[in-house]
Amino acid sequence: MTDRERDLGQAPEVEAAQWGGVWEVERYELWEAAGDAVFSGWSRREFLQAAGGVVVCLLVRPAVAQPPPRGRFFSGSAPRQIGAWLHLDEKGNVTAYSGKVEVGQNVRTMLVQAVAEELRVPVERITMVLGDTQQCPFDAGTFGSRSAPSMVPQMRRAAAALREVLLDLAAERWQVSRDALAAEQGEILHKGDGRRIPYQELAGGQRIMRIIPDDVPLQPPDRWQVQGTAVKKVNALQIVTGKHRYTSDVQLPGMLYGKVLRPPALRARLRSVEIRHAESREGVVVVRDGDFVGVAAPTAWDAEQALAAIEADWEVAPEPDDHNLYEDLKRSAVSGDARFSGRAGFGRSGAAGDVERSLREADIVLEQAYRVAYIAHAPLEPRAAVAQWEDGRLTVWTGTQRPFGVRDELARQFGLSPDQVRVIVPDTGSGYGGKHTGEAAIEAARLARAAGRPVKLVWTREEEFQWAYFRPAGLIEIRSGVRRDGRLIAWECHNYNSGQSALATPYDVPNRRVEFHRSDAPLRQGSYRALAATANTFARETHMDELAVKLQLDPVEFRLKNLTDPRLTAVLKAAVEAFGWGKPAQNGRGFGVACGTEKGSYVATCAEVEVDPEEKRVRVVRAVTAFECGAILNPDQLRNQVEGALVMGLGGALWEEIRFQQGKITNARFSAYRVPRFRDIPSIEVVLLDRKDLPSAGAGETPIIAIAPAVGNAIYAACGIRLRSMPLLGDEWKAATSG
Amino acid sequence: MRRQLELVVNGEARRLELEDQRSLLSVLRDDLGLYGAKYGCGEGHCGACTVLVDGVPRRSCTTQVGTVAGKEITTVEGLEHDGKLHPVQQAFLEEEAFQCGYCTCGMIMGACGLLRRNPRPTAAQIRTFLDGHLCRCGTYQRIVAAVQRASRLLQGAQP
Ligand code: FES
Ligand code: FES
Repeated sequence: MTDRERDLGQAPEVEAAQWGGVWEVERYELWEAAGDAVFSGWSRREFLQAAGGVVVCLLVRPAVAQPPPRGRFFSGSAPRQIGAWLHLDEKGNVTAYSGKVEVGQNVRTMLVQAVAEELRVPVERITMVLGDTQQCPFDAGTFGSRSAPSMVPQMRRAAAALREVLLDLAAERWQVSRDALAAEQGEILHKGDGRRIPYQELAGGQRIMRIIPDDVPLQPPDRWQVQGTAVKKVNALQIVTGKHRYTSDVQLPGMLYGKVLRPPALRARLRSVEIRHAESREGVVVVRDGDFVGVAAPTAWDAEQALAAIEADWEVAPEPDDHNLYEDLKRSAVSGDARFSGRAGFGRSGAAGDVERSLREADIVLEQAYRVAYIAHAPLEPRAAVAQWEDGRLTVWTGTQRPFGVRDELARQFGLSPDQVRVIVPDTGSGYGGKHTGEAAIEAARLARAAGRPVKLVWTREEEFQWAYFRPAGLIEIRSGVRRDGRLIAWECHNYNSGQSALATPYDVPNRRVEFHRSDAPLRQGSYRALAATANTFARETHMDELAVKLQLDPVEFRLKNLTDPRLTAVLKAAVEAFGWGKPAQNGRGFGVACGTEKGSYVATCAEVEVDPEEKRVRVVRAVTAFECGAILNPDQLRNQVEGALVMGLGGALWEEIRFQQGKITNARFSAYRVPRFRDIPSIEVVLLDRKDLPSAGAGETPIIAIAPAVGNAIYAACGIRLRSMPLLGDEWKAATSG
Repeated sequence: MRRQLELVVNGEARRLELEDQRSLLSVLRDDLGLYGAKYGCGEGHCGACTVLVDGVPRRSCTTQVGTVAGKEITTVEGLEHDGKLHPVQQAFLEEEAFQCGYCTCGMIMGACGLLRRNPRPTAAQIRTFLDGHLCRCGTYQRIVAAVQRASRLLQGAQP
């Protein structure tokens, strides 16, 4: 972490959560934006000098681009930062730079669309450089659904500013009024006499630095020509031909393959190690540095053989076990942590009204507890890195969602200044919030330094399961009171350990108290797509269903009775209508509904399931999700994200659960850890609500939150078994259906 | 055991000297520079490493290279012809049947194997045949549509 970032309010727990530290909850909400007020490294200056054509560098005031989040730790306003920069070359091709990374959420295409829209250049002539710390402006990381609401506007402003500069240059050259000119298809056009001049001729190799004026004109959404359309993924051809190089495909001359010796359990410490046999193998370098032992060898095979030849003796420590997981989380909880308190708004601990009194006055009081298991991100591309040292400078290719964060981790680890480290993030085989850290990068760099050659390290699937971090498990307790007419009057909710996203209820409840309690977590835990919004929405929406049953009200009607948020109401109504809610389900089947909001977007899902309790079989037959995230930037890719999130959410809903005994993940393989597969996929319908009048919010996360409660509620409707744990088909289901 | 092997990859015979227990996946990637097949699990449970061996989809991660010597191996790099995409690649492109794309090459090879055996699969047959392939991004619905589209394209291409 640089001093700047520290000054800007990096949370203390973020520091503790850096690799080496173990526990973190919900890292990514804590802090965002800020950045270098000026180009920080020589490398960037050099880059600017080396580039021909015209460079336009946009200084953005975050206050203009995006207000800083009302984070608990954000203090003061950030100074000007570089939000984006653009380069126009002699041929009229545009290169745009952003510190975001592509992990399958299609930010690359989204940003190309933003540039095309404002600069009026065809999509094919725009290249995005992402996630390269030497070339791209600082960015805190790709998480928290911030790309659409924050990076897209910055990119648009940058492109619009360049367009305005080109209009000025043309007006000057032709000695005409700017009003007579228009920008289109990479050219400035004289509307009167039809003269045209390509951008690159106007630019003529000059270097232009502009601070974006606050009033740079942006294309209004109702006149978008590129944004809001279904532009295809820009590097799709590389993907279907196998030409795209993920980190694990990077190959350097003289490169060795690395392997790291792993302890037999999470907390085991190295007592002694015998490396002579490994070292005596041809071409093998063995590194021992404290508890770190690794090898580098000419082929991956040699590296595996060398690793197998190492004999290690481990000191066993008391190791965590999932036996009493939820009791332990509650027992070890720290309550009343001021850092999590405030007004009981979305995702904040806090209180309003008088919960105790209203509970006494309620006609029906319901108290229930809900559980959410640890789950793994299991991105199909495991952690990987290729590290290269040259003249004391370090370059690492790695798939991470925080290139600048990993750059700083590397700098700290090796006693370098951040400018001596370059992190390059090739478009990555996904992350889902699971790749915020730089473990593989540090390991590869250690090995490469010792070997004096570049080293590639690719984690095995087992390593990824055992040594990455998890979505936190949690216990959620809810106490509520309703009047007989279906009005909610009291709501109290406590979340132990899993996090506070979407902790507050979006329903109108006059008396409410919600609180997040930090626990002594047994496993390394961190961000995950939508964070705790999935857990908190599961608990709340299941609880709402239980209340509806007690009140003998239709679950949709009950929700609408207590909902005034127009956007949430709109998605709920849209989902229900597309689903055909209200028709009776076939025998053995049931319908369920759930809705929620997080990070400025809104989702409602209806599910139909088929249950055979005798056979202990549950099949999700059909799901309809309605989603709204403001003005739609790319309808096809949004649809893809919503479908994908729903499918991924099915895994956590039904089966996914990390089990651990004696500090060992006992299901650390795809053959043992059940994820959604082709046979599990219901028929999926996605209804998108386009709100051109509202700013675009991110869409990669929130559509995951409603599927689990919708399915759980549908299971209840089908067979009367109420499940209050995620995964639904875990121990609770087994107990309910046995005997 | 280290020995001389002849591998026929994408129609080209390659002589290599290597440990014959090594996985076909590692040989394709590390020795032959063909990176289309990916590592996802190493135990045959994700399909990211799928290639065709004599026209049949095989998990290259669990295939010892010694067992496929002399057999016809096809990777995603061998699908294009005369600079034109294979219909299955074309169909994946048109349906945009991916997000991060890490599963895509394996899916495409699996789909090629299926369509050789069954040129007009139903959606249910596609799901069953490809069930061992994982897409963590959850684009299954699109992949099924892409395979159906590929089936139509292939039929158009072969009168
Ligand atoms: S890597 Fe071969 S099946 Fe997963
Ligand atoms: S597209 Fe990411 S795993 Fe399939």
